This record gives sequence, structure tokens and C-alpha cells, in this order.
Amino acid sequence: MKQRHLVSVLVEDHPRVLTRITSMFARRGFNIDSLAVGRTHLPGVSRISFVVEGDDRTIEQVEKQLNRLVEVLKVVDHTGPRLERELALVKVRVEGIEERLELKEIADAFRARIVDVARHALTFEVTGHPAKIDRFLEELSNYGVLETMRTGAVAMDRGERVIKLKPRREAV
Amino acid sequence: MTGAEVLLEALVREGVEVIFGHPGGAIMPVYDALYRRRELRHVLTRHEQGAGHAAAGYARASGRVGVVMATSGPGALNLTTALADAMMDATPLVAITGQVPTTAVGTDAFQEADVTGVTMPITKHNYLVAEVNDLPRIVKEAFYIAKTGRPGPVLIDLPKDVQNDEFTGGFPEAIDLPGYRPTYKGHPRQIERALAALSKARRPVLMVGGGAQHAAEPIRRFVETTGIPTIATLQGLGVVPADDPRFLGMPGMHGTVAANRAIHEADLILGIGLRFDDRVTGDVERFAPNLKTLIHVNIEPAEIGKVIEAQIPVVGDAAWVAERLAEGARPLEIADWWQQIRRWQEENPLPFPDDGELRSQAVIRAFGRATGGEAVVVTGVGQHQMFAAQFYPVKKPRSFISSGGLGTMGFGLPAAIGAQVARPEETVILFDGDGSFQMTLQELATIKKFNLPVKIVLLNNGFLGMVRQWQDLFYEDRYSEVFLDDSNPDFTKLAEAYGIPAFAVERREELEEAVRRVLAEEGPVLAEFRVKPEEGVYPMIPAGGSAEDMITKPPKEARA
Repeated sequence: MKQRHLVSVLVEDHPRVLTRITSMFARRGFNIDSLAVGRTHLPGVSRISFVVEGDDRTIEQVEKQLNRLVEVLKVVDHTGPRLERELALVKVRVEGIEERLELKEIADAFRARIVDVARHALTFEVTGHPAKIDRFLEELSNYGVLETMRTGAVAMDRGERVIKLKPRREAV
Repeated sequence: MTGAEVLLEALVREGVEVIFGHPGGAIMPVYDALYRRRELRHVLTRHEQGAGHAAAGYARASGRVGVVMATSGPGALNLTTALADAMMDATPLVAITGQVPTTAVGTDAFQEADVTGVTMPITKHNYLVAEVNDLPRIVKEAFYIAKTGRPGPVLIDLPKDVQNDEFTGGFPEAIDLPGYRPTYKGHPRQIERALAALSKARRPVLMVGGGAQHAAEPIRRFVETTGIPTIATLQGLGVVPADDPRFLGMPGMHGTVAANRAIHEADLILGIGLRFDDRVTGDVERFAPNLKTLIHVNIEPAEIGKVIEAQIPVVGDAAWVAERLAEGARPLEIADWWQQIRRWQEENPLPFPDDGELRSQAVIRAFGRATGGEAVVVTGVGQHQMFAAQFYPVKKPRSFISSGGLGTMGFGLPAAIGAQVARPEETVILFDGDGSFQMTLQELATIKKFNLPVKIVLLNNGFLGMVRQWQDLFYEDRYSEVFLDDSNPDFTKLAEAYGIPAFAVERREELEEAVRRVLAEEGPVLAEFRVKPEEGVYPMIPAGGSAEDMITKPPKEARA
């Protein structure tokens, strides 16, 4: 059965490491729904979050093929209770005070913030589960959406569970 | 020391004795340093692809890492086929390519290509060296990655300015690759489970692949103790000697009936160092339908469960695991199973048409008999390759060298060069087809230059025979673009033009004498066997088929 998985990958922060990973996904026919990447508190270590859809067998292969890459330090499929967040910026055309108020109301309902105001445009910032962002965008689709930018989901286990790296050890 | 000198020093420290390569503009500082570093032998090929396959032949015949060198752009790109080939067949290679100076990278400079980008999917790992002081570490890591875990090719792209830069660093003793820690020791609990399952199996088979070539000794002991029916993939030939009574031959598309039937009926498969390639399995859904337990031993976790679900996965080194299996092995009580297998064997010997015509099968068998299966056999890709796998009785490990996963026509001649360099005292026989041979025949010059005593057995049928066979079977005899005979060169004159003695054989009656003549030759020789033009490799399981779809005899002869 196909399921949506959130996978976190800790990698060595080397040039082309992201290319290695995305090219492997493309080559092996794994579909990435979204991808986000950033540095971590550990020096030289970056963290990538994927949303990937597949059955158990596919996800097992995703994890194993990722682990095969020399610069991949750790792969975690977040299957337990987890935090999942995405950020989006949305620019909407606005005509007149009435529309402006309606949009403000929608934004409040989604706890979106107005981060930029112009005569004929409002820009919202919204954070939350990707599904919430989907719904927010759906609401706004009745208005004139000019531009959207989504970051892709990032994930972390809830509670005290953390992704630990094995201590660096010298081999051979 | 310059970067170029550091590179060579690092290679020497890795125990490298021979480099296969071809120079060019962006690698000249390294070649200049090589000129002064005489303990490193360099085998100059006539094409970088040849150097790549030669390094692979060397690696596979010796068990060591093959080293290949080329210049930037076209030189490096000519290596790509050999890199992909090595990746597929898990051959340990380190490729060193020149690159345009760091200041010119990204400007579409002369002979610039994004070689790390191009080779990313066809190497196990690759490096672009930005800083000369990183070079010793990178070389050390490259060799370690190439030869450990599932072996494979690692490429080091070395910009020309870095080759000239003054080195101020040191040579590391240790390796620190936190993301790369292959598992060598199979889990003891899994090995226990494997042995327990084995003792209960009624129809077990052992399948060995290329990953078991270094594990022949414990595997042979295991087979001896258990008496288990044993099958070797194309890459696994020689792990168990072909004349062992427990050996059933090769599985898959051109495997023996006994091997394929045994897999089809097996309730347990112990697979060591193989990856269940589609040429072995055919239709995965219908592969081994009676299988209850697959024990899959592989050092690369991603290979386990990729194609066939394993009930007992064992991540570990084939030799380490086989040693434990051999220690724990007990004789299996499978007399009924053997009786069944013997019946398949008796009823279905490999088709060996011997009607007085000169045929590839007979040529290969004759060489097999004359050498007692003790030669190092190298092949190209095509019908002759399958005939070699079927009819050459490989006795020793690391002695059947053939392009499996990638199926690279043109692999044979350069790979034979590498094998002969690795094992100078042994007889190296290249079985090649006229199509395959012409893809890299420029390496005859390399054979001549180094007087490598390779015995080239050219099975010339004047066709791209394997394609033609498929056209026979699946395209209603429409022979689209497979006829070579009208424009093939005179191969004996060609070899002689390179200064290599050669002769042609046309008749079946000349075969035994020809074999003697080839093997008596001290140096290289090319013997062209003008074999029956229309011949098919059988048995055959059509692509995507199963053991039930096996064609055991040539359909035309069956019709006749």
C-alpha cells in the first residue's frame, strides 16, 4: 500500500551532495513530493527532509539506496508521532477595502500573517502542516493569487527521540 | 612535492604496481612525474575505454584494485562505459582523470567536461580535487571505497593546476568516512537461522555470484559437506569447479535446464554474492514459485530485498559468512531431490550439435579440454560469451572474466590485456565474436607493444549473432542490420598488420590441430574460427519469461 513518508537525511555538507541524492532518486524512479534542506547545529552536517510516496518495499529501497551514498550519515523515516511543518509565501491581488477585509479574515483563520502590503497586493506568510497550507491556498484560489512559494515539509520526531549520529571513529 | 608527485606517492603507498591509461593535455603533469617514477608500470592503451576495461580485467583476475588514468573531457568521457561496466559487475577501480585548471572550470574551456557530474550515477563515489593537500586523503579514501563493501569504481578528477601546486600537507594513516561503514561480519543469529532452515529444506539449492569469487575456498568446503546442488551465475563461474558433481551450471536466460528447473522447484535458495539480475530471474513474479526461504547473503544491504524478498537476509562479506556456514554445515539428506535433478540433467544436456560443421560450441569445448579448464577465460559480449559460459569448464575462481550487468561489447580484448598483466604466467584465452571484437580492436597494438601472450580465439560468424537470434525468434526472421560478413576485415591480415601471428580455421577437422597450435604459441596469437553463420544459443528463456517458457532446442531444428 502506498503511503506518504517523511524521511530525514543527515549528510556531510559537501559540494554536490544534494545532486547525488536527487540524481539517485531520479535514476531509480523514486518520486519526491517535496524536499527541504538546511544546516544543522553540527558543524559540517546538513539535514534534508523529503516527502516521498511509496509502499513499504519502495521506502525500504529509498532508505537503503540513500545509505549507500558515501556522504549520507543517517537516514530516518519518521513513522511515529512527529512534527511536520512547511512555510509558504503567497501574494494575492487585492481590489478595494472589502476584499482586503475578507482576505484578512481568511488569513486569521489559518494564522497566516500579512508580511507585505502594497496598493494592489497582499503577501501572506503561513506555516503549518502541508495539508493546512493546501487548504489555505484553496481558500485563496477564489481570489487573484499572483505568486506562491512553498518550502517543502520539514519534520522532527515528537518527544525525546532524536536522530543521533554515531561518534566519529577512525577505521582502517 | 607537486600534486602530481603526491598522487603517484599515494598510489605507491596503496601498493599500486600498474596503471592502465592514455595521456593528454590536462593530465600531463602526472605523466611527467610518472616518467621519473619507474616503479610504477604504465600500460599505454590506444583508447581510454580500452584502459578502463583493461584495469577491470586486471582487478578481476587479481582481486586487487585496478587503476586507470585519462585526460580531461574526451579522455574521461571515453572511460564512462568502462566505469558503468565496473559499477554493474562490482569491479574495484580507481580512475584518475585530468581536469582543466580550477580557474577555468565552468567556462567551457578546451577539453572541459563535467566529469564528476557525468560519472556520478556510474561510480560508487567520485571526487573533484580542489586543494592539493587533500589529495593523499582522497586517494586513500578512493581505494578504500573501491575495494570494500560492494566493490566498484571511484573517480578522482584532478585539475591541472592542482597537479602543479606545491604540497605542504601530510599523508594520513587512517580513514574517517562516517557515512561509509560496510558490514563484514554477518549477524550470528541470522547465520544460525540459515543453517537451521537449510537442515529442514527438502529441495535446497546454492546460488553463487560474482561477490563470491573471493570466497571460493569456504564455499567449496560448504558444498563438500552439505552436498547441496550448486548453481553459479555468469559472474560466479569458477567459485565451484565446473567438474564438481554438485555443480548444475548457470541459471537464467541461457542457463542449463537442470539449474533452471532446480530453482523453479526449490523450497530454499541460499544465494551468496549475487543480486538476482533480470537475466537470472526472468519474470520476478514467476521466479522460483515454490520458494519458501531465500537466504540472501550480500555485503550491500540495498541488494537484499531489491528484487526478491529474503526471509533470511544476511548482510555481510561472502567469505566471512561462507566460513561460518561451512563450519556449521551438516550433510543434507536430499537423495530424492538429487534423483530428480539427475533426471533433468540426463534428459537435457546442453545442446551440442555436432554435424561436421565448425561451430562455436565445439571450439570452446576443445579449448576447455586442452587446458583442463585451467586457463583464464575472458569474453566479449554476445553468443560466443554464452557459449563460453556453457562449454568452458572453469576450474578456478577469478578465471572467467566477462561483462555481465552492462553487457559491454568490446569488453573482451582490453579485459584480456588486464588479465594477462595480472597473471603473466597463466594462459589467458579471449573468446570473442567478430562484432564484439571490432568495438575495441585497436588494443591489438597494446598486445603487441607489451608482447602479452593472449590467445585470441575469434569466433567469426559474420553476424551480430545474438541480435540475429532474437530476430529469428521474436521478429519473424527480419534480419535488420546484423549482417557483418560482407564488410568484415580479413582478421588474420589485420592481426598480422599489428605484428601478431594469426591463422584462420574453416573446417571442423582442423579444430584439434588449431587448438594445439594456439596453445603452443609463446606470444600472442589470433586464431579466427569461421563458424557456422546461423547458430542459436540454447536453452533460452525469453526476456521476461520463466523456467516454464524455456526453449531447450533451436526451434528451426526442432521443426526440421
